Amino acid sequence: MKVLVPIKRVIDANVKVRVKADESGVELTNVKMAMNPFCEIAVEEAVRLKEAGTASEVIVVSAGIAQSQETLRTGLAMGADRAILIQTDVPLEPLAVAKLLKAVADKEEPGLLLLGKQAIDGDNNQTAQMISALLGWSQATFASKVAIDGDKLNVTREVDGGLENINLNMPAVVSVDLRLNEPRYASLPNIMKAKKKPLESLTPEDLGVDVTPRVETVKVCEPPARKAGVKVASVAELVDKLKNEAKVI
Amino acid sequence: MVTYAAPIDDIRFVMNELFDYDNSIPTLPGFEDATSDVVEAILEEGSKFCVNELLPLNLPGDAEGCHYENGVVRTPKGFKEAYKAFCDGGWTGLSCDPDYGGQGLPKTLQFIMSEMIVSTNLSFGMYPGLSHGAYNALSVYGSDDQKQTFLPRLIDGTWSGTMCLTEPHCGTDLGLIRTKAEPDGNGAYKISGTKIFISAGEHDLTDNIIHLVLAKLPDAPPGSKGISLFIVPKFLVKEDGTPGMRNGVTCGSIEHKMGIKASSTCVMNFEEAEGYLVGEPHTGMASMFVMMNTARLDVGIQGLGLAETSYQTAAAYAKDRGQGRSLSGTKAPEKAADPIIVHPDVRKNLLTMRAYNESARALAIWIGMEVDISEKHPDADRRQEADDLVALMTPIIKSFFTDYGFEATNLGVQIHGGHGYIHEYGMEQLVRDARIAQIYEGANGIQALDLVGRKLGQGMGRLLRRFFHPVAGFIEENQESAELMEFVLPLAKAFGRLQQATGWIAQNGLRDPEEAGAASSDYLRLFALVALAYIWTRTVKVSMEKMDERPDFYRAKIAVARFYMTRLLPQSSSLFATIMAGKAPLMELEEIAF
Repeated sequence: MKVLVPIKRVIDANVKVRVKADESGVELTNVKMAMNPFCEIAVEEAVRLKEAGTASEVIVVSAGIAQSQETLRTGLAMGADRAILIQTDVPLEPLAVAKLLKAVADKEEPGLLLLGKQAIDGDNNQTAQMISALLGWSQATFASKVAIDGDKLNVTREVDGGLENINLNMPAVVSVDLRLNEPRYASLPNIMKAKKKPLESLTPEDLGVDVTPRVETVKVCEPPARKAGVKVASVAELVDKLKNEAKVI
Repeated sequence: MVTYAAPIDDIRFVMNELFDYDNSIPTLPGFEDATSDVVEAILEEGSKFCVNELLPLNLPGDAEGCHYENGVVRTPKGFKEAYKAFCDGGWTGLSCDPDYGGQGLPKTLQFIMSEMIVSTNLSFGMYPGLSHGAYNALSVYGSDDQKQTFLPRLIDGTWSGTMCLTEPHCGTDLGLIRTKAEPDGNGAYKISGTKIFISAGEHDLTDNIIHLVLAKLPDAPPGSKGISLFIVPKFLVKEDGTPGMRNGVTCGSIEHKMGIKASSTCVMNFEEAEGYLVGEPHTGMASMFVMMNTARLDVGIQGLGLAETSYQTAAAYAKDRGQGRSLSGTKAPEKAADPIIVHPDVRKNLLTMRAYNESARALAIWIGMEVDISEKHPDADRRQEADDLVALMTPIIKSFFTDYGFEATNLGVQIHGGHGYIHEYGMEQLVRDARIAQIYEGANGIQALDLVGRKLGQGMGRLLRRFFHPVAGFIEENQESAELMEFVLPLAKAFGRLQQATGWIAQNGLRDPEEAGAASSDYLRLFALVALAYIWTRTVKVSMEKMDERPDFYRAKIAVARFYMTRLLPQSSSLFATIMAGKAPLMELEEIAF
């Protein structure tokens, strides 16, 4: 069984994000980039499936600018077998990414599509659900445990009320949550090997997908700074303020 | 807790923009794969390991220290797991020979990785560091058999190594050692004696420990010409290559030290321990020097690594700590006080640390690249040239980096005020850890003697020319540049002083070696300051050319360079004056009056 793992290049989780001076977006020039942490967990899980003999091949795929190659190499260093880059300079929205990934899935025919539940830049949490709909495959989101049982998949999901165990048919789309595993460090020999692993480069046109953005960004700005609070003299005043000023009770 | 992020951006600048790494190192045979993109991927992953695994163990490791009980040494909590992960990641074999399981990457990369390890946990770094020293000596002087037996295990980290030189009555003067080696009649030797200050002499991280021991054969000529080098494993190696019977080497105690407390420093007792001769009899000093030359560069980098962590932590603190108001009027009216970074004197301390760190890093990477060239370049002349430069700069890097490392970590404490003096902030640990680097691997005074006594005169000043010529060439090439004037002029002036001092030492030192000795440590510092001024001026030149690409980065480089040229380099005048004062003021006071 092949496992396809879509990954995304995002601003490093330790970097303080700044808005561009012209408010057109987030400043990315000379900012440290890294693999989205949720994607790392997906790659780790796929590599573990391969090590356990359940998966035969792990393919990492990323859509974005040429530098996304570095992120794919990181995935290869962690243990993926090959990589696909869908290269474009167009800012990609979740639906466009889902369509691109559907086209890759149609070509590669994986048994499992494992991906992060969201990317820490847009925090959209949409792509996995959209691919599942486009492919017509079962989906399990927010996975904290994944076990393959023949052509069935047992997934433990993190839901608001606790944990939910579900059983689904393969092929399937699974989006992973933070508690699924702890991603490994790539070892030095594997980093060296990663350079020699195959990396295929495609464009959206090659896949016949129109990635033109559907949403226009008008302005990006910092959230307003929080104002200082006020001291109330009595409980009665507090209740009054909550009722009449804040209108929350 | 200290603040540290690996300075990968700065490393990238030095490798790619200042020194053209891709056209110098991956073009050497065997380094084809070590292109800058691969190097960057390695550094990213290596720094992640250092920051996430080694840094959290640093402060607790200092508080806990090593434990000694009945000859057994236990490292602090977490060290064993971290060491295993370090080996599993393949980091122990970074620059080692692929024929024995190493990764065969350039030494340049090893130096950069060393800096990050030191920045996050010097004590931890001692263990693989010593193994690497043993690896170096054995890979040059070991027999094929010895290499087959020991190198793969030293490379994969399942065994570790030591360097057993010092004895209770001798450290610097190894000609005095008393440890004996008697032939046992079967081709091996029985080693007896006591060695002290043995880093990683005993610990619980590996299955076996391979001691490299200096000892004297029965027929040894007196002094350092009578020293031989032996391999003494803690456990004798069985036919199948696994550790077997315990050998006659035991740990008598561990030292309670000022710093690097999580590194075990052992008294090692050898009682007719089985040992194997490395190389020819009585050639032990030469073999030891192979270990020590790279080890000296590594120790220099310890000064830099600790100073980097101190700087980053102090800079973050100075921007955050509100206290008093700026002398030029309030800067943060919304707060009760301005951050202390508004004060010129605080900035002076921070800039001193930063100016040394960034130029020291560049110098280390430059010399690291020359080490690779000296080993791999197809042209013998180019190899010799590189080897000369490395030999010349080794005492300077060892000594100056560790001296300023101690100064810089002290400044880091000062910026923190009382909090810097308290253990939990981690700043005083950096000072204590930095202190040893000025002493071990040849005390800094010895390095200065090595520079004036050995390196200056070598090949009629040939080594010296390897540094003087590029500097003189650079000055000449750029002296007409109006924009570079404010940097090239002070460089030229300081360089002139260095040339004059060199001439003075050559002349007077030949007549009276004590004159050279009296000038040595000031001269070494003067040399280092000029070397860093050269680095800074080159940095400014590149920064001006590339300004538009990353204005913030290059503007900062130029500002720090300006600080270096105007506030640090002028030390060269006072050093010049003290050198010229000669030995008389040092020798006048009668010994009895001390």
